[in-house]
Amino acid sequence: MSGPLTIFDKPNSLIGKPVDRPDAKRLLQGRGKFVDDIQLPRMVHAAFVRAPVAHGRIVSIDLDEARAVPGVIAIYTGADLADHVEPYVGVLSHMVGLRSAPQMPLAIDTVRWTGEPVVMVVASSRAVAEDAAALVFVDIEDLPPATDMERALEPDAPVIHPDFGNNLAWERTVEAGDPDAAFARDDVSVVERTFRFGRHTGVTLETRASVVDYDPSEDTLTCHYSGQAPHMMQFIFAKHLGLPEENVRVISNDVGGSFGIKIHTYGDEIATAAAAKLLQRPVKFVADRLESFLTDIHARDHVVHGRIAVTPEGEIAALAFDDITGIGPYSMYPRTSAIEANQILNLTGAPYALENYRANAKVVFQNKNLMCQYRAVGHPIAMAVADGLLEEAAHKIGMDVVEIRRRNLVKDDAYPCTSATGMKLDDLSHHKTLDKLIETMDYDAKRAEHAALRAEGIHRGLGLVSMIEVTNPSPMFYGIGGAPIASQDGSTIRLEAGGAIHVSSSVTEQGQGTNTILAQIAAGVFGVAMDRVKVTTGDTKTTPYGGGTWASRGAGIGGEATLQAAHALKEQVLDIAGVILQAKPEALDIVEGHVTDKDGTQRMSLSDLARTVYYRGNELPSDMTPELVATRHYRVTDFPFVFTNAAMAAEVELDPDTGFVKILNFWAVEDCGRVINPKLVDEQIRGGVIQGIGGAFYEECIYSEDGQFENATMADYLVPMAFEMPDITIAHVETPTKTSVLGAKGAGEAGTGGAPAALLNAVNDALRPLDAQIHQMPMTPERILKALGTV
Amino acid sequence: MTDTQTISVTVNGETASAAVPVRQNLVDFLRNTLGLTGSHVGCEHGVCGACTLEVDGAMVRGCLMLAVQADGAKVTTIEGYGDRAAALRAAFIDRNALQCGYCTPGMLASALEYVEGGGGADRAAIREHLSGNYCRCTGYQSIVDAVCDVIEGESS
Ligand code: FES
Ligand code: FES
Repeated sequence: MSGPLTIFDKPNSLIGKPVDRPDAKRLLQGRGKFVDDIQLPRMVHAAFVRAPVAHGRIVSIDLDEARAVPGVIAIYTGADLADHVEPYVGVLSHMVGLRSAPQMPLAIDTVRWTGEPVVMVVASSRAVAEDAAALVFVDIEDLPPATDMERALEPDAPVIHPDFGNNLAWERTVEAGDPDAAFARDDVSVVERTFRFGRHTGVTLETRASVVDYDPSEDTLTCHYSGQAPHMMQFIFAKHLGLPEENVRVISNDVGGSFGIKIHTYGDEIATAAAAKLLQRPVKFVADRLESFLTDIHARDHVVHGRIAVTPEGEIAALAFDDITGIGPYSMYPRTSAIEANQILNLTGAPYALENYRANAKVVFQNKNLMCQYRAVGHPIAMAVADGLLEEAAHKIGMDVVEIRRRNLVKDDAYPCTSATGMKLDDLSHHKTLDKLIETMDYDAKRAEHAALRAEGIHRGLGLVSMIEVTNPSPMFYGIGGAPIASQDGSTIRLEAGGAIHVSSSVTEQGQGTNTILAQIAAGVFGVAMDRVKVTTGDTKTTPYGGGTWASRGAGIGGEATLQAAHALKEQVLDIAGVILQAKPEALDIVEGHVTDKDGTQRMSLSDLARTVYYRGNELPSDMTPELVATRHYRVTDFPFVFTNAAMAAEVELDPDTGFVKILNFWAVEDCGRVINPKLVDEQIRGGVIQGIGGAFYEECIYSEDGQFENATMADYLVPMAFEMPDITIAHVETPTKTSVLGAKGAGEAGTGGAPAALLNAVNDALRPLDAQIHQMPMTPERILKALGTV
Repeated sequence: MTDTQTISVTVNGETASAAVPVRQNLVDFLRNTLGLTGSHVGCEHGVCGACTLEVDGAMVRGCLMLAVQADGAKVTTIEGYGDRAAALRAAFIDRNALQCGYCTPGMLASALEYVEGGGGADRAAIREHLSGNYCRCTGYQSIVDAVCDVIEGESS
């Protein structure tokens, strides 16, 4: 929709201004409100006994010694909770054929991954609960595990859910045009590669945490929850614990990092809620770092065999690939673990105008921790495969990697259009962003410099990526699949008696600055200073109903709802002001907390107006409604997603003797539509790039053959640290989306989605003169040396 | 295990006495017993830096020190830095050098240590100094910017 409401020409609009985050003050004084900070009267603590093996049959559980520990309040096994929790199954109806077995909070007969919760101990302190948990004896008879995803489909592989007959969870093929004919043409050059992507995880600095309280007098469950989607969790707690939905309240105050990790249903969290209900008192569970590594969802475990055919003119004649991904023993509830592969089918090559495309994905069960959505779902794989193949093809035909992109990227004036992968695209700017990138990084000069340095034995490389990013999802994403995940969001704004406004929104804050941009939008559109806006998010009892924050939707969807609500409140205020001031509402405006004439002359303050309405209604005509609160909800229509695009480049220096790669520069040009706060957006993109660098060079959940997680500590699982990270140059192209007045798209995932591809290409650029190539991430020194043939 | 020992510590200028389990780490004592929840726990094995705080003038990891080891010590946490950290706090806000804020108490402690130690506005040196503090949200760049701003502001 694009109505007559425009606000961007207003001199006092805050949209686009790099204003400070009001919440930062609190966090810098140590006054954050994270879940583990909560202490409630009579609160007790949970610890879990977890499966020590990847696959096994539970023979017996001995709790006697644990029960005898002073301070132990309750111990639950899977069987104990079975009567109190309805099982959950992670499938969506529109993902035809996707199957998963029912899951329970604690394993009942069989354990299926190392770290699966088996027994819950509740005690007076976490330390006592852990002491007792150490005394629980679970006798497990080992079963053969299926850990290798490529072998899990072989006929003799152990079957994880015997009823299913094999370990295939889902399979999908996308096909457009005639790829076989295109690959068979004799004028095309074909490049074929196998890409391997390491399994990694989110490593939120605050681990998953919840404090759940149950009040039997009202049958109410209150969950203080470190999560991204409070209303979704309200539904899940209600449904699976058998409570009326309206009796469940989920509160998410400060959340110490989320990245998609905190939008899923975890057995230990459901068990915590069940225990609170059974014990009728508050129960706290905060995962420790080991528990996080073993059970926070993982992502990106893919092997992709890809092929590209290009004409001598550099046109992509066809793109095809087969992806196999291991998701663990279940499809995660409620979003499903098939979404990542599905995204890869949808997104690979989508920036390019290509006609012939085929992609197949096989999603397989295996005895490792579950995989599901993590920041930039599927994007790093889709981008690395398409742009990795494209850059290799460019070299094969002797064409510059920028030139081959220019020949294939969808033209900026070609929208709306549909990609070969079936995605509806609009308002994108691949050429503009690429041009800006080339200019920002001074591409030609860099190439010349690298060539000169190569002669001196210095091995530098440049790599690029042109990408699209899924943002602002519509109900066509989860809604049609039957998941309790709202795609619309709401904002309620009320005028306070003192002349301030209060915004209450269903999108949530995890550090991105959601609360700030909502305040900016409301302040500018309505007409008060930023410091007269208070924002509440993250409470199902007091905010409108909505989806929370995931898939980069806070600004685009929550922001638009806020914009509309601010307009509606302004209309209410001006109607009342018109009556009080004997003026036509159209002749009035609101500026800096005052009702003014259009020329800016102040007529009355908002607090005068509000106090008149709230306290002295006798002064108003009797047919005037004393209402100074407005709610608006917004959802994206006509498009399944609002895509953004970006062009990024990396410059690396490779030491062929050690295999170490130093990232010298990273440039990102993103088009996220209207930029609401450049300071926040830029650091979002940088944070995203750093996580992408993590995936490209450092992060990997390493499992042994038999399914033991071998590097589940922060000392062994490497995440990017300040020292190795480069400064990142950001530039913007702004093409507002026509789907909303605000025109904002998301920006949260681009860096994570695009950076690995640019880095892979940069490393291969540096390796090429040494006759070596790498197609495996993370690109560890050892793997680079292997690629060089020196180890 | 229930062995306890009574300790007496001065935390942010106030003296506190308590019987603590001998196995309890300092950060758990501060958070759970004294209610000073500003110091955070990210790993409890000394890697992430979220629990960094000051004991007798040195920045330490609150998860690697036992509460009993702090007996008689002067402890300062994020709640107690006061004006010492005012310039850094302002620079962190100005640069948006925090997102979720979970790493921030430890990050601020390490940044304060660098600035008070007379470190220069040298980006590589600042990055090296902060490499014991993980931040999963920002790109670190804004934190480095904030530290440089404070140093350059003070020197000019
Ligand atoms: S909690 Fe102390 S270093 Fe991580
Ligand atoms: S701001 Fe979230 S971990 Fe640093």
